[in-house]
Amino acid sequence: MALLQISDVAVRGVAACVPKHIDENSKYPLPEKERDTLISSIGVERKRTADDNTCTSDLCYNAAEKLIRELNWDKNEIDCLVFVSQTPDYVFPATSCILQNRLGLSTECDAQDISLGCSGWVYGLSTISSLIFSGRGNLRKALLLVGDTPSKFTSIADKSAWPLFGDAGTATALEYLPGADGFRFHLSTDGAGADAIIIKDGGFRHLFSANSLKMVTYEEGVSRSNLHSYLDGMSIFSFAISKGPKSINRLLEEFSIDRETVDYFLFHQANLFLNETVRKKLKLERGKVPYSLKNFGNTSSATIPLTMVTEIGGELKSKKLNHVGCAFGVGLSWASVYFTTDHIACPDLVEY
Amino acid sequence: MDLHQFIQNFAAQFNDTDVSEFRPETRFKELKEWSSLIALSIIAMIDEELSITIKGDDIRQAKTINDLFGIVKTRA
Repeated sequence: MALLQISDVAVRGVAACVPKHIDENSKYPLPEKERDTLISSIGVERKRTADDNTCTSDLCYNAAEKLIRELNWDKNEIDCLVFVSQTPDYVFPATSCILQNRLGLSTECDAQDISLGCSGWVYGLSTISSLIFSGRGNLRKALLLVGDTPSKFTSIADKSAWPLFGDAGTATALEYLPGADGFRFHLSTDGAGADAIIIKDGGFRHLFSANSLKMVTYEEGVSRSNLHSYLDGMSIFSFAISKGPKSINRLLEEFSIDRETVDYFLFHQANLFLNETVRKKLKLERGKVPYSLKNFGNTSSATIPLTMVTEIGGELKSKKLNHVGCAFGVGLSWASVYFTTDHIACPDLVEY
Repeated sequence: MDLHQFIQNFAAQFNDTDVSEFRPETRFKELKEWSSLIALSIIAMIDEELSITIKGDDIRQAKTINDLFGIVKTRA
């Protein structure tokens, strides 16, 4: 079972960057009543969408630069970069390699990509903190760059997906710190649900072909091609409301964490109806569960760090806080983490 | 949970539809109030009351409430 306890690593800061362009769901072409019901159930009023020239890596790069400046870090001491995304720059090379160079990091740098979506930040955190721990001081500082640009793979003619997803890139700064409490993780996977969220064509199972571009209408307001994402909303909902709470309870029990000592429960921002079902199932008060859905939507792997920056940034800077993070989705993949932040850097949201 | 109780819990997810409309043979997706949001509420009810995780296809394949109850029982 994937239960991890990683010490001697501390979170030093978190930053996020979103595209300037705001896409208002109130303008999405649907009958007014249907649109209002949709907006109130998913809880997304607007989101950011990147232009054709902006990639996930550009958003992560800008978040990282801002965070490095804020921390006053020496770039030569950044020995590790992990990039988590399902929207890399290229099929290859890995985007982490491009970012290592672009950020001006040393070539004595461990750089790698992880392909995960909704659960990506928690998984990325488990990987990067394990690496730092194993470095025993040789990996001094590290950057976890996590984000996605779902606007690039979502059909605008798919009412079940377009209004939900937004673009964002984030940077989380970590440092080797002997004696630091570190992280506790519970990590899970069920590939039986691989087709519940999928882009069918364009990988190496189904190579891109002329057919990939064919738009198919599945029902009124739901048209997409095989290069667009498909989402089985009912299956995802059913999965998330069951596995999310179980994972959190498992984490708290295995590591004897008193839930009363947790200041914030940071959930992947799937959609409001789903997240509220999870929150109520866990009997958590609303104030302990921040949401960034209203203004940014579901930003895939970026949701947890983005929510930290936009919703609790002030407190992250001024207090010591205990957090439980929990993320679930494409894969199917889900994970929970317990960690503490102590007066970390948290620059204002960057727009690019 | 028996069929009768399942139907009661099923009906509780609707606001405007009269309780008498809900019978084992009711084709629930033909009810005027049926929506994707109610579908999610039913999935949540089955998770909460029975601790059973169903799939989107289960809802899509079931025509009547009795069909859905039959599917849920096989998952128990």
